[in-house]
Amino acid sequence: MHVLSRSNLRKVVYSAISLLSLAVVVAPMMLTLSQPAYALPAFARKYGLRCSACHESWPMLNYFGQKFKDNGYQLMNDRDAPIWQNPGYWPVTFRITPIWHRVSTGKVAVDVYSGGAATGATTIQRVEQSGFDLSGLDFHTGGTLEKNISFYVLPSSDSTASFHFETVMGRLDNLFGSPWLNVKFGKFELDNLLSEKRILTLTGNGGIYQTYHFSPQGDGNIFGQIGDNQLGLEYLGHSVDDRTRISAALISSQDGNVGLTLGSNSYTGFFTGSQAFDTGKLGVQRVGFYAMVGEAATYFRTSGGVPIPGSGIGNKGFSRVGFVGQFYLGQHFDLQVVTQHGSDNAWFGQGYGNAVNTNGDGGVMCTTPTGCPPNNVPGTTLPATARAPSWNGALFEAHYVYSPQLIFIGRYELEKVSQQATVGTPSNLGNISTYTIGYRYNPFMTSRAGFAWHNEYNWLHQEGTAPDGSNLNTSELLIGFDFDF
Amino acid sequence: MRTRLQKWILLLGATALLALPLTSSAQLSTFDIETRIGTESHIGNITGHAKDAQPDYRRYCVGCHGPLGDGNGENAQWLEPPMYPKPRDFQLGVFKCRSTPTGTLPTDEDLFDTIARGLDRSTMPQWSTFTKQERADLVAWVKHFSPRWANEKQGTPITIPPEPEVTPERIKAGRDVYARVQCWKCHGVQGMANGPSASTLTDDLGRPIAAFNFTEGSRPKCGDTDRDIYRIFMTGLDGTPMPSFADNIKPDEAWDLVFYLRTFMRQHSKEKEMAKQLGLKPVDPNAPAGQQ
Repeated sequence: MHVLSRSNLRKVVYSAISLLSLAVVVAPMMLTLSQPAYALPAFARKYGLRCSACHESWPMLNYFGQKFKDNGYQLMNDRDAPIWQNPGYWPVTFRITPIWHRVSTGKVAVDVYSGGAATGATTIQRVEQSGFDLSGLDFHTGGTLEKNISFYVLPSSDSTASFHFETVMGRLDNLFGSPWLNVKFGKFELDNLLSEKRILTLTGNGGIYQTYHFSPQGDGNIFGQIGDNQLGLEYLGHSVDDRTRISAALISSQDGNVGLTLGSNSYTGFFTGSQAFDTGKLGVQRVGFYAMVGEAATYFRTSGGVPIPGSGIGNKGFSRVGFVGQFYLGQHFDLQVVTQHGSDNAWFGQGYGNAVNTNGDGGVMCTTPTGCPPNNVPGTTLPATARAPSWNGALFEAHYVYSPQLIFIGRYELEKVSQQATVGTPSNLGNISTYTIGYRYNPFMTSRAGFAWHNEYNWLHQEGTAPDGSNLNTSELLIGFDFDF
Repeated sequence: MRTRLQKWILLLGATALLALPLTSSAQLSTFDIETRIGTESHIGNITGHAKDAQPDYRRYCVGCHGPLGDGNGENAQWLEPPMYPKPRDFQLGVFKCRSTPTGTLPTDEDLFDTIARGLDRSTMPQWSTFTKQERADLVAWVKHFSPRWANEKQGTPITIPPEPEVTPERIKAGRDVYARVQCWKCHGVQGMANGPSASTLTDDLGRPIAAFNFTEGSRPKCGDTDRDIYRIFMTGLDGTPMPSFADNIKPDEAWDLVFYLRTFMRQHSKEKEMAKQLGLKPVDPNAPAGQQ
């Protein structure tokens, strides 16, 4: 037994040494074989700038890229209008990612069989799956229609090529010659400095910012997700050098779903402000805030007991407020921080909010009275134990940018419910902690395309949400080719 | 068999021999530049260091200006003058936007300002997103490409007298200067860049270049304040057909010319109003000297 253990130990040591050796060999190769990066899809192709000019690592924007975006996808060099482009220029980029991934869900209720028939009992098991897969496909098209008139249209599909419009917006830039007057109209990403749409990670749980979507267990509010693109109108103002930024958006409380299928007359406001500071060799630091204050329907009028789409009334309120910090320690290291306090009306806490969709978040419409989420029909009362849920979240994302072609990413997020929607609910139910690590390496880029070798691991821990009421851990390992043209 | 092997060896040897000068030339050039990596810039109390600018240069600038600063980045081939000027060749040490007399090196502040201001009607954006320190480092980096800074002193900025009050008489006098020094030959009698020489202009490297059109609403490349405009024609834009008029225009006349040029510009200005009230006509290229 003792000999066997030593043998195993030796194998482990040898394996570790082999892996280390491989890393020692491969890492310098990756670093030394780095070619100059010069990907130019869509915008970069138009202006003849490297992708690295606007992206810390594609697709995440750096400060210059943010300024370019804030100017309405214009360099402000008097060559922004399409009339200055080759007539054959067509501002389109597509992006897709073939991947291999392994997903492990710690605790799943699995039927128990005996003699080929289900016994009716279940057991808790880990379920793992792995294999080759695809991401969705995005077609980005954007730019200027004329000097100071911009647009962005993004038809986006899931991995089965079922398309929807992720972004469709027109923008009037620099009205009256002032960078403080810009108006956007349509469906767009909210003015999040740390953009989820430009996230550097791709796994199911790590490919979103949990802080931007979190709500307590059982909460029916789908409208307060600042990570989702929304339909509405946005004002943005900024200083010429973009050090100071403010924005205010009025959006429909539809969570970006088209067709006005939810509230009949409900709106949400989203407000941001930030200030950047010059800190010498460290770089430009930015701090800011955001606030989302809105109301959304809880009562959908019914016909034959089935909720009527777009008939939602009985608005109730919700809010999200947060701090954003973008801190740079020289040219290679930065830390992005977002904190958030969220609060929902007690009705949302009890699951009211979207009574027209069977899954409560877009998708399949209810066609029968049964199986729909709760509907606050006249006479409904809240349980005596109901109260307004609230929670706090924090997000820390660090980057080590070895070069514009190689970036290492590490993120930790924590979401904690501070007041559950129902008295007596375990205080930690639904709390989330998750970390994601990975890197993106662009072995080459041409003036027409971008290509990243992407490696990522995500681990997510949620308290009390396993089928047996214990904690649930899920993890995902993902490897893929992320490319655009 | 042996003969074939010998042939291959000979062929490879000859190829290597022929490639040797190319390699050594590239290495010499790189080596030559690297010897100046200690170059500094001085902007107020900020000292810029060339070596610290390398990551920023690689991220933001190298695509156009190239790894050796010779303006041959991978995107340069797509830029076609005069629509898009070719990127600056830093190795020449010749710059358009200077506060110093023609033919001299610009000051560090000149380069510092150019980086933040960008160059309109080119692919050089306004890099105002850098910190001052980062910009100062980049100035040092730009300087380290050219041996001129090692061998010559920077020029001394020209003196610009205080701007006088604009008057109708000054605007008329400015028109006379415009006619006398023949600005219209390139810029046209109405400042529309359609003078008789406009279509023939080339820069010092023989590339087509466009005269500035005052009427289309663009900013002059080297700044759009009155002092900037004064400076442009008193220092000239080195490397371009725009000469310095320091020897032909007195300082007082220079301000008159600035006021007259303002009357061409699309933006509303008191000069434009005064010209309108005067009923000021464009210069007549055929009028005898002094009789505009």
